[in-house]
Amino acid sequence: MTDDKRAPILGATAGGGGAGAAVQENIHNPVEGVFDTVEAVPGSKKPDTILTAQNVTRRFGGLKAVDVETLHVQRGAITALIGPNGAGKTTFFNLLTGFDNPDEGHVELNGVSIDGVASHKLAAKGMVRTFQLTKALSRLTVLDNMKLGAKNQPGENFLKALVSSMWTDREAEVDAQARELLARFNMTHMADEFAGTLSGGQRKLVEMARSLMTDPEVVMLDEPMAGVNPALTQSLLGHVKQLRAEGRTVIFVEHDMDMVREISDWVVVMAEGEIIAEGTPDAISANQAVVDAYLGSHHDSELDFGEDS
Amino acid sequence: MNWDLIFTQMFSQAFGVNAMVYALAAIGLNIHFGYTGLLNFGQVGFMAAGAYGVAMTVFWLNWNFWLGIGIGVIFCVVLALILGVPTLRLRADYLGITTIAASESIRLFVRWRGNRERTGAAEGINDFADSFFALNVFDKPGNESYQFLFFEYRANDLWVMLVGWIVVAFCVLINWQLIRSPWGRVLKAIREDEDAARSLGKNAYSYKLQALVLGGVIGGFGGMLQVISKQSVQPDTFNPVITFLIWTIVIIGGVGKVWSPVVGSIIYWGLISLMITFMRELIGTGAGPNLDRFLNLSILNVDQLRFVIFGGALMLLMWFRPQGIFGSREEMALDDR
Ligand SMILES: Nc1ncnc2c1ncn2[C@@H]1O[C@H](COP(=O)(O)OP(=O)(O)OP(=O)(O)O)[C@@H](O)[C@H]1O
Ligand SMILES: [Mg+2]
Repeated sequence: MTDDKRAPILGATAGGGGAGAAVQENIHNPVEGVFDTVEAVPGSKKPDTILTAQNVTRRFGGLKAVDVETLHVQRGAITALIGPNGAGKTTFFNLLTGFDNPDEGHVELNGVSIDGVASHKLAAKGMVRTFQLTKALSRLTVLDNMKLGAKNQPGENFLKALVSSMWTDREAEVDAQARELLARFNMTHMADEFAGTLSGGQRKLVEMARSLMTDPEVVMLDEPMAGVNPALTQSLLGHVKQLRAEGRTVIFVEHDMDMVREISDWVVVMAEGEIIAEGTPDAISANQAVVDAYLGSHHDSELDFGEDS
Repeated sequence: MNWDLIFTQMFSQAFGVNAMVYALAAIGLNIHFGYTGLLNFGQVGFMAAGAYGVAMTVFWLNWNFWLGIGIGVIFCVVLALILGVPTLRLRADYLGITTIAASESIRLFVRWRGNRERTGAAEGINDFADSFFALNVFDKPGNESYQFLFFEYRANDLWVMLVGWIVVAFCVLINWQLIRSPWGRVLKAIREDEDAARSLGKNAYSYKLQALVLGGVIGGFGGMLQVISKQSVQPDTFNPVITFLIWTIVIIGGVGKVWSPVVGSIIYWGLISLMITFMRELIGTGAGPNLDRFLNLSILNVDQLRFVIFGGALMLLMWFRPQGIFGSREEMALDDR
């Protein structure tokens, strides 16, 4: 709303009608080349920062789960957050989105401090997240899951809810928006099913689509591709690129380096709570410290940073 | 065997004062548990708050009875806030524990001798609802009782029934409207997953508090109706067993459905009455086997047996239709995933 670079969620967006694999190749990247001048070191400044974290720490007993000195996130780009299991990625997400409070540190969104801001207020400020363990609202229909994300619905106020005429107009808009987003995610046929009947991958889709109902500026996805089959992964990747094309900022956690290379503009690497590297996907793949961090706790994993995988 | 008596008794109980009172309490509990997922094991506390709100206003403060209805509502709101404010940020079980304790505390507090001038202590308060019966449209000289279908009602009972069922209908309507609104959608989302609702910008704490207040006030109406109908409030009628009867009613009807509390209550009170009159007839008329001989049953202790039978019936219901009458099995199965 404040950011006119962002296209409206519905309407004129190129390729918005359905992201087939063929369309994805043509999805425009508005931040192409922006990172050319950015230094590939932890805490590096970005040309246009939307989210900043300073000295954010979180301890669980003796364990320092998160200890991030500085992180700047570029507006309108897809930033990948990678790191071994237990690196603190999810905890860091929780701290950024108000689901957990840091022991110390500051977070700014659009230059305004969001320290101590309750999680539910961040949606209004344009930040939305999804969860590593997908949270489908089982006994709501898929359509109701979607509609829940809508902002500015007066019918969510107790007294206004009593008078249908105060919210039915907005509800009709919300309904149309929800159906259009479902169509974009190829989920129209499931609209009236309970979300609890969906498969794991379909739930991921619904959760992502639902988060878009809030018309977010920053979308934070915690392992959106985990457990999703390759074909669906391709379409999810297309959706994420689409978000960038619409001018939204995406931060996502992902373990699969191929995926990261395919869609991210910038990669941030966490290990043992700290950010140990930042850089373009190519630079990160070649970074020995990163490979060590991964292999250090993943001896038996099949992670491969080479291009030939 | 007097089948006439058995069935008239059954129908008059099924649509009688108890059925209305418990329907209201169950509508409230259904909003708490069925729609919002709040564990309230002290719904009887809200009934007591409403009941004593009315009675104490008249008895202790000497204020107008109708003002007492408002005070009863305020009592329920305050109780909901006391219960909800500290616990609703915590896990669901904390509210459950607190509600049990609070409902017992209320009962013990009002029956405490030191409160004699305020609450009437163990003897309770009587004859505080004259203003209510003064408005009785059925109470005409020379017309003390009415024939209605096959039942005969005293004018005052008919008046209570009329007002009571109007209140029930009104609460069902409010319930229905709220649940179909976006407000109700947020409640259900919170029941399913609070964090998801928060991530989408919904203030889960505030909604849970609103639901607790709403369901509590509706339960309070039930308590008011109960004591007004008898013109008497007694602390020991608000014992914890009542809460579990209310849960039973919600479960019979089917959790999270608009009509289930009302239908559940009608069925519960109808069956309870059917069993008692039937068994009394069986023993009293000697028409059946000599139960006195080998079950030690007599007209004096047969009352308890109906709860045993009812418990058995409830187990069968859970076995064959765990979703209750209106619930959907498909929806219920989604819980497990
Ligand atoms: N609530 C908690 N209480 C105690 N320790 C916690 C808690 N949450 C996370 N931790 C610890 O913090 C560390 C970081 O966990 P986190 O979930 O952030 O890792 P992650 O990077 O998301 O890992 P994964 O890739 O497996 O999802 C882990 O060692 C974990 O055990
Ligand atoms: Mg994680």
